[in-house]
Amino acid sequence: MAPSIEAVQVTKKFGSFTAVSDLNLKIQGTKCVGFLGPNGAGKTTTMKMFTGLISATRGNALINGVDVSKDKKAALASCATLIETPEIYPSLTPKEALTMLCEIRGVPAEERNKRIDEALAQVKMQEWETKKVGSFSKGMKQRVNVASTLLSDPEVIILDEPSTGLDPRGMSEVRDIVRSLGNRLVFMSSHLLAEVTEVCQEVAMIDHGKLLVYDTIENVTSKFAGGSGEVQVMFARPLDVQTGTVISNFEGVVSFSRNGDRQIALKFNPAVVSQEVLFQRIAGLKAGAVSFQSASGLEDAYLSLIKETL
Amino acid sequence: MSGAEKPHARVGSLAQIGIIAKYNFLNYFRARRFYVMLAIILIIGGLVTGLVAYYGVASFGGSSALGFYAAGWGSFATFVIILSAVFFGGDAISGEFQNRTGYFLVPNPIRKSVVYIGKYFAAIAASSLILGVYALIMIANGLYYFSWSFPWEFAQSILFAWVYLIAVMSLAFAFSSLFKSTSISILMTIILLLFVFNIVDTVVFIVAGYEPWYSIVYGAGIISDILQVPYPVHIPPRGLGSRFAGGLPAPTVPEGLAILAIYFIVMGIVGLFLFEKKEFTS
Repeated sequence: MAPSIEAVQVTKKFGSFTAVSDLNLKIQGTKCVGFLGPNGAGKTTTMKMFTGLISATRGNALINGVDVSKDKKAALASCATLIETPEIYPSLTPKEALTMLCEIRGVPAEERNKRIDEALAQVKMQEWETKKVGSFSKGMKQRVNVASTLLSDPEVIILDEPSTGLDPRGMSEVRDIVRSLGNRLVFMSSHLLAEVTEVCQEVAMIDHGKLLVYDTIENVTSKFAGGSGEVQVMFARPLDVQTGTVISNFEGVVSFSRNGDRQIALKFNPAVVSQEVLFQRIAGLKAGAVSFQSASGLEDAYLSLIKETL
Repeated sequence: MSGAEKPHARVGSLAQIGIIAKYNFLNYFRARRFYVMLAIILIIGGLVTGLVAYYGVASFGGSSALGFYAAGWGSFATFVIILSAVFFGGDAISGEFQNRTGYFLVPNPIRKSVVYIGKYFAAIAASSLILGVYALIMIANGLYYFSWSFPWEFAQSILFAWVYLIAVMSLAFAFSSLFKSTSISILMTIILLLFVFNIVDTVVFIVAGYEPWYSIVYGAGIISDILQVPYPVHIPPRGLGSRFAGGLPAPTVPEGLAILAIYFIVMGIVGLFLFEKKEFTS
């Protein structure tokens, strides 16, 4: 059976404040699903209910069909989690902390060292494996936390803003790790829309505790991004005025702007011209185009959806 | 990692308690607070040893081994235990919230009660080590001055001290579960064990004339009382205003053990319940 995460009428109240309201969401299969929403939207609260850190006021949070509040041990047996920025007992080394998790999760003794070494290698922390965690920076601790999700070959991985506290290189490495987690269901919250666009296939958006949309990024972008696409094009040499005018007059291009003399931003109507065709036309100008990057249509969709709920 | 595989064999809760206890003990053992506690014990033990050597053993509880142990162990053991409970149990559970270590441990296939019990065992092990060091200092002194005259009552006192340790740790853990702030839980444990019980026990007995059978500190009286010959007379409650002068009554050994056992059980249940119900909210 494919791994799954399911929220059935999940509601969480803190006193009179409703953090999550009647959330219904079923995610099944091996893919990465981004979980987006503004601060206080209910993302972390939802993820905490899936991991047993808090319990739902009403409804059921299920992992692989098992209700977390009824049998957390079974529900999380094949689920690894990283919620917010956990701390590790400061006197333990990364190797000891990860060995503890391996033992708790029942990773066979003969496999533990290999898995820990692999996980620490993935997050570039092998050199620090025997140093006490208490002396680590926030980013180093977060790398160990990321490594902790890789130990037991889980079917489901829940990541709550895994890039928090990491430097740009660390963020890039986390994205690489998430991308490499094929054959699993990854449910990842993030404020970084580019990160979600890069590593996820689907996206769920939540605001004021209510689910706004759950669909593929492609569908969400086309439905909610206001019908326009955006690309940034970089050139190896300064773009002359004449070529710029040619590009701005391409069919389907709705706006043209320069960012310096070697970079332009284009907005286009996907209904008139596809991104692929636009790329071919610009390349065909032989004006030295070296980079063609899709700006986040997801951002437009996000802003459109979140604005609509205010 | 090649990809998702079937979940590993589930680890039983008893085994998981052992795992949590092992790594928490390791964490305690390497932490500064363990060595601070050890230093305090060595200072107290050193002071007792030095004073006995300087003034002579006869001026330290008389000339009998039992008198020496009553003065050196009976007077300080409860203090050592309370300090241990504060050091190792005062923030054991609240720290999981405030220091966010719970976010690393709890979202795993493990029951919260297992985390609680495992940490409790680790705290008991660390405290027992500290208490054991103090007992060894006393025994070393006793052997030096009284040769192999090792009173049976002292062995009983050590046993009672350990029972008090598990009861008082249960209380410290319950308080630690009540608060999310480590400093508040530590402070409350100190105030309660060092001051509140003593004051309330005295007031209740002197003013109302009732035996403070509700008090863990009263129950712990058997640790020092067993070292006295004869065992202090148990004064039954005599009602309002009937007793004004003098110290507190002495609990009998069964009464003292019963009080400690009830504290261990009730506070254990209360602490577990509180921890199970408490949520990891930021």
